[in-house]
Amino acid sequence: MRDRTVSRQTSPRRSRSSVLLLGLAVLLAACGDAQQNALDPAGPYAQGPHDLIIPVAIIALVVFILVQGLIIYSVVKFRTRADDDGSLPKQVHGNTRLEIVWTVIPALILAGIAVPTVQGIFEQMNEPDDEFMVVEVIGHRWWFEFYYPDHDIYTANEMIIPVDTPVRLEMTAADPARSPNQGVIHSFWIPRLAGKQDLVPGQTTFLNMQADEPGRYIGQCAEYCGLSHANMRARVVAMTDGDFQTWVDEQTTPADVPEEGTLEADGRELYHDLGDRMACASCHQVWEDGARNPNTGPDLTHLMSREEFAGAIHDLDEENLRQWLRDPNSMKAMQYEVNGLGMPNLDLTEDEIDALVAYLLALG
Amino acid sequence: MSTSSETKPLRPAQETGLLSWLGTTDHKRIGVMYFFTTLVFFALGGAESGLLRAQLAQAEQNLLTEEIYNQVFTMHGITMVFLVIMPLSAAFFNYLIPLMIGARDVAFPRLNAFSYWVYLFGGIFLYSSFLLGGAPNGSWVGYAPLASDSVSNMGFYAIGLQILGISSLAAAVNFIVTILNMRAPGMTFMRMPVFVWMALVTNFLLLFAIPVIAVALFMLQFDTLFGAQFFQPGSGGDPILYQHLFWLFGHPEVYIMILPAMGIVSEILPVASKKPLFGYAAVVFAGAAIGFIGFGVWAHHMFTSAIGPVARSAFALSTMFIAVPTGIKIFNWVFTMWGGKLKFTTPMLFSIGFVSMFTIGGLSGVTHAIVPHNAQQHDTYYVVAHFHYVLFGGALFGLIAGIYFWFPKVTGKMMSEKLGKLHFWTWLLGFNLTFGPMHMSGLLGQPRRTAVLPGELGSTVELYNLLSTAGVVVLTGSALVFLYNLLHSIKRGEESGLDPWDARTLEWLTASPPKHHNFDKIPTVTHRDEFWHRKYAEDESGMPISVPAGASEDHDGEDDPDEHIHMPDNSLWPFIMCIAFLPFGYGLVFLNPWLFGLGVLWMVVGYFGWIVEPLAEGDDDDVPDDVHDRPTVGATTH
Repeated sequence: MRDRTVSRQTSPRRSRSSVLLLGLAVLLAACGDAQQNALDPAGPYAQGPHDLIIPVAIIALVVFILVQGLIIYSVVKFRTRADDDGSLPKQVHGNTRLEIVWTVIPALILAGIAVPTVQGIFEQMNEPDDEFMVVEVIGHRWWFEFYYPDHDIYTANEMIIPVDTPVRLEMTAADPARSPNQGVIHSFWIPRLAGKQDLVPGQTTFLNMQADEPGRYIGQCAEYCGLSHANMRARVVAMTDGDFQTWVDEQTTPADVPEEGTLEADGRELYHDLGDRMACASCHQVWEDGARNPNTGPDLTHLMSREEFAGAIHDLDEENLRQWLRDPNSMKAMQYEVNGLGMPNLDLTEDEIDALVAYLLALG
Repeated sequence: MSTSSETKPLRPAQETGLLSWLGTTDHKRIGVMYFFTTLVFFALGGAESGLLRAQLAQAEQNLLTEEIYNQVFTMHGITMVFLVIMPLSAAFFNYLIPLMIGARDVAFPRLNAFSYWVYLFGGIFLYSSFLLGGAPNGSWVGYAPLASDSVSNMGFYAIGLQILGISSLAAAVNFIVTILNMRAPGMTFMRMPVFVWMALVTNFLLLFAIPVIAVALFMLQFDTLFGAQFFQPGSGGDPILYQHLFWLFGHPEVYIMILPAMGIVSEILPVASKKPLFGYAAVVFAGAAIGFIGFGVWAHHMFTSAIGPVARSAFALSTMFIAVPTGIKIFNWVFTMWGGKLKFTTPMLFSIGFVSMFTIGGLSGVTHAIVPHNAQQHDTYYVVAHFHYVLFGGALFGLIAGIYFWFPKVTGKMMSEKLGKLHFWTWLLGFNLTFGPMHMSGLLGQPRRTAVLPGELGSTVELYNLLSTAGVVVLTGSALVFLYNLLHSIKRGEESGLDPWDARTLEWLTASPPKHHNFDKIPTVTHRDEFWHRKYAEDESGMPISVPAGASEDHDGEDDPDEHIHMPDNSLWPFIMCIAFLPFGYGLVFLNPWLFGLGVLWMVVGYFGWIVEPLAEGDDDDVPDDVHDRPTVGATTH
């Protein structure tokens, strides 16, 4: 654990050296507010690949300087000068020894790089050595759903994990419900915690992840998945073990049923029945008792325990919820009318919106 | 031409005017048509990139809706790959291969016209989608099952690329046969210009790679249009199968785009350095090796897809392996300059720019092979930066070098060197300003194909994006300088003379622009760089000395013209037949059997018209001109 901390402290210097490689060091000084920064690993599954790429980047930098240096030297040294006598230079056709040199040396360098690369591939993909937690990730157009099989918890957009514990994500993709018939490929990517891995409908892929420090790590879908691909973001919130246990306890408690006669109770009624319009409950779930039955839309049981919604592109507050219910397409591009993906506009009246928002805000 | 052709309305004998172009079978005119068509598509693809960069100039901008943005980036990719870089290479193949190998035309002149018209109508077909319910929006790779979803509008993609593939396949067969069978006497393989070698490798790659994407596109088309389930996991299909098929084409495709430019640079560097190419055999064999290994690296586009650790390891190794022949080429180019007397003409500047920028793209490519870290790079702007350094800094720089270099061959005039240098320096600046920062914005977490730049990525990422957008402004200005130079020089450029660069290869042996039949007498080749050896000999120490007679003015090829020159006559049938691809394609996309049937019928009629028409009417001997009366516009003198 300690060496991890050490390597984390050195990472700003390392990321700087990799930038040098790209010849853009001047502009790096300002990268402090980059939160989705792949050069700033915050866990072992991001740190390992980072430690592998830095030496490679340095080798690439050396080769870069060598080749560009040769080009610049040739350009300066062998330019035709003003006092040129018009004679032709010596006609050299090649040099076998040199050909061998620049075939063998790069091949050896690459062979040297190949060994740790192959080791790294297996380390990255195998199950973690320590005891790990499993979270199932399902990619929908355009939001991530998380299911905790050990605790029977469904949540969306924000994945909560305990710090210092390896998490193995078991991932797939499906639209709109849990059938792969309409799913498309997504990719789950939280750069500071791990590289990305695609989510493929009909298959399960795996990704290891671990956070060293509590915090909110941001990421997004990294495989183009259609209209609102840009609006499919994700968060991983790492908590101390105590906080995580509190969260689990909260999530495994059924939602409160509001008291009769309150605005919230009216909202709950509308949630289940909107007359001839489709009710919220036909796509979403608010678990009150019995078994949890996941539905096609995000689970709303403890909606307000999350900070963001709509693919984690909007803060979860009253104003945004109102606008979302009034006209979801104005907040996120969706295509419910075309192929049933996303939130439909339910033509709610302002009174209905008042009641529904009151109900949703009470889902703590 | 024979008089009998005048009685056939479908066989235009005119040598100027629209019909002469619609019916031409002259490889040079077809090359010119390819060239100007790619310019139009380049303008369209460039305008699309302008829209993309305008949207991403600032965070959270919504100049374009997601729907439009997704169409625009999809079409940008399709355009630049299939409608610009590949056909621009084909323009060079067309114009140069017969001239460089001492032939009078390609092996199948009407098939050559066919290739062009298929390309043109395929491009029109793809672009008409904007007016017919929206362009494809499933990205240029068209991954299933997203692409099979009708909202992705990928019918135009599946059928449009299929049509363009027909063009490439026909052209590939044509060029391969031309190169293998029609070389001048004495031009052995190892005396061929490197450009011709790279063209040969490229066309073999096309020949083997296009059928693979054809299969993928057929399956995608059946999924999209007829509800087949090839890539639908719910019914037993496999989405990853599409990726394998696509990239099994897609990676050789990268070399299809870069090898012609490598060939061009391998011609220009020796001329501008006044030295032969360093390590000719190494460059040729490295090119061929790239062609072979290029078929074994495809899954490195899929390192984050559903493939296991063994596959990831294998493709990491093959990807690293392919860096070796690429490195060989780069060192040979640098050592071609070493010890020479370099003249920094515009083509030379672009060639040096190619070597330099392509090296950057090659090195970032090696970093992709570090698979554990590829998971961070994949599908970010780091990758966007990488492949633009390869395809723009590489392929396009090389092709532009070729435009400046062979412009005097095609027109008999020079492009302005002053404007050419202005073009180069602004192009280099704009290119690096656009794509350099993308390395960083990608590593700082910006994924590609996102219609909105999220503000939460931070101000640094925003700054890099703004720089990229500024770079596109510079590139636009630079492109306008080029366009002005090109069009102005066609009309008013200085006379180039026969050998403006002190060149080395056979195409400079004949008139500029070349006559319709290229060479009055097919030259006999005794050396690699034949034309150079007719001008210079080497003394015992390897120092070249001018041949006393001044061979560039008096090369023997033209003194004793061949008596029988057989040239194909014009034919309208390729053009007529290819129009059928429009109703054919629309019929498939809109599932309209009448349009489809019309297209098929039209094609069959065109095909039979083509079959029954003889290659040339009557006695087709073209009598050579008096060699001392050199024509200024070759194709119009007969």
